[in-house]
Amino acid sequence: MFTILARIRRTGILSEPLPTSEVRDAPLEKLQRDLQSVFGRALRIRHVDAGSCNGCELEIHALSNPYYNLEGSGIAFVASPRHADVLLVTGPVSVNMEEALKRTYEAMPDPKWVLAVGDCSTCTGVFGVNYATRGRVADVIPVDAVINGCPPTPLALLRGLLQITGHAQPKVSPGAVQADS
Amino acid sequence: MTDDSLKPEDLRLPANVVARHAVVDAEQWLACAQRLHDQGAGLLTLWGTDDRDRDGAFRVFAALLLPDQVMVLEHALAGGNTVYPALGHLFPVADRLQRALYDLLGLRADAGDGRPWLRHGGWPENIFPLRRDVGATQSYAIHAKPYPFVPVSGDGVHEIAVGPVHAGTIEPGHFRFSVVGEKVLRLEERLGYAHKGIAKRFDRLPLQEGHRLAARICGDSTVAFSWAYCAALEAITETELPRRAAALRALALERERIANHLGDLGGLGNDAGLAFGLVQFSSLKEQLVRLNQDAFGQRYLFDYLLPGGVVIDLGARMIRSMLDEVAMLGQAVSTLRAIFDDHAGMQDRFRDAGLLSPELARAHGAIGLVGRASGVARDARIDLPWPPYDVLQPGRVLRSEGDVAARVQVRFDEIMDSLRLCRSLLQTLPEGPSLVPVPVAPPDRLGLGLIEGWRGPVLIALGTAPDNRVRHCHAHDSSWQNWPLIEYAMIGNIVPDFPLINKSFNLAYSGHDG
Repeated sequence: MFTILARIRRTGILSEPLPTSEVRDAPLEKLQRDLQSVFGRALRIRHVDAGSCNGCELEIHALSNPYYNLEGSGIAFVASPRHADVLLVTGPVSVNMEEALKRTYEAMPDPKWVLAVGDCSTCTGVFGVNYATRGRVADVIPVDAVINGCPPTPLALLRGLLQITGHAQPKVSPGAVQADS
Repeated sequence: MTDDSLKPEDLRLPANVVARHAVVDAEQWLACAQRLHDQGAGLLTLWGTDDRDRDGAFRVFAALLLPDQVMVLEHALAGGNTVYPALGHLFPVADRLQRALYDLLGLRADAGDGRPWLRHGGWPENIFPLRRDVGATQSYAIHAKPYPFVPVSGDGVHEIAVGPVHAGTIEPGHFRFSVVGEKVLRLEERLGYAHKGIAKRFDRLPLQEGHRLAARICGDSTVAFSWAYCAALEAITETELPRRAAALRALALERERIANHLGDLGGLGNDAGLAFGLVQFSSLKEQLVRLNQDAFGQRYLFDYLLPGGVVIDLGARMIRSMLDEVAMLGQAVSTLRAIFDDHAGMQDRFRDAGLLSPELARAHGAIGLVGRASGVARDARIDLPWPPYDVLQPGRVLRSEGDVAARVQVRFDEIMDSLRLCRSLLQTLPEGPSLVPVPVAPPDRLGLGLIEGWRGPVLIALGTAPDNRVRHCHAHDSSWQNWPLIEYAMIGNIVPDFPLINKSFNLAYSGHDG
């Protein structure tokens, strides 16, 4: 126990400003404040990997490390779509995940937002469209905002979460599941 | 072909490791596989090609991993034949590989499980997408049929279906548990959800661009796969990789190993109830990928390797930063290891959980990290060393307990050894260029790239077409070998231990599904 406490003390608090080289317009604290001003402490995110290479997942994981401290800003990942406000979708929507993605989206309560994360989900990336992939997430379920990158950095993901609050209106009960744009 | 014909030097296959090639008929296919099996070979992978445009035949290939070399068997199916002899009775991994080969190319093994594996109804059962008469961008409506899981019956037995969408941020896969109470009687996996048709996408791609796709076969093993691709192409074109470029690639590969092991150790701590472990290890990992960003321009090294070398050389300042980081990580990981080892509650979760006995591991061809935690002493960096591992001398990490605790210890041991290798690479970085031009590849060649990634060996088998293009490219991740073993490791464990046991294997979904 003593060694654990000693290590915690030695580690200190890592959740501090990110390197400014990565973010020119706003430091991390401002992003976090803005997120909180829109969502309070209640934003809940559900993630679906719709055929990603696992690169985007690594960076989504990083959001929860002490440096980005996503949960500290009141945003958390949840285990069920029924608890979620935002659906974070990665990957070029493999045909084998198409149905599961649609069902996850339909299971979410309104209002809900969809954020397509990573080049595959926003513009098919290196995989294109073929017998096994549908391509953009927007071709399968309505998408409110996108975050590009291969993979996008954790900071880009934080910025994206802000974008969907500042620029997009929540969609209410789309009767049919179809392409957004 | 006789026994002797396996020996001549002219059967050498272009590869970064010792690799040989034999063209065999159906009878020899089985006989060779049997003989290689008896010599201690494991089946690494199976793939097929549609060569009807050339000589009217389909071909099926088997890559077998011997202790000191790779042996590729090639069997042409002429005259409209689409059936080849199954290898599942010799190598259990063949079963799923054969199912995948049928789903993609319509070549059927003459025995074994006949259920689809990668095809979930996303394309019709009479369409085989890797055939050359199927368009590159052709797509189909979904007609999914229920998948016949193997039922378990008995008093009080019920099923728990998990996935493909999971509770956490992980890749898609389905797990079907048959349980009594909370005890698992049987686990059956269903994978293929992340299948992206990568092999089809490779078709006709310019050879000089294929590394970008290879880097995205499995995002956490991007260095391993892009190196395997580059190694295959460089072998085909007889490009001699400068020692400096090889050293920088090895540095990237070892950093990938360290980053993933740090992430896993944090995750395992968390799954065993020690959030402290997650906080500590995820912080260390973040520091490592940030230094990647400073040194290589990317947190994860997706486009660091390209045919002929690497994109960015390392300056003196970055070498110093990395050496400092190696020292810091060595110290921090040692401290955390002592904490993990002394933590009774955690060890109680780790020990005897998800047991994979050395006997079972050997019988089923376990490889990579999972194998090394169950007494299978295979590491391609040591057994089939390619530059710079021929001079680096990685230490052999081996445990025989085969439980979650052993897989944790292997990760700790491998981090410490990789840190040593990084220090050695940084201190002795050879002078010279970090990138050389790669000439146009001759058509109709087959080359291999075999790289020991952090999970285990990954293989790229690359065939060339005229105009410097890809004719076919098959990628293999060691997860194919190790996925079925989780089904065994779960027997008798309780359902709540599945996340911990699964994490201790941490196998690839995308890397497996292709």
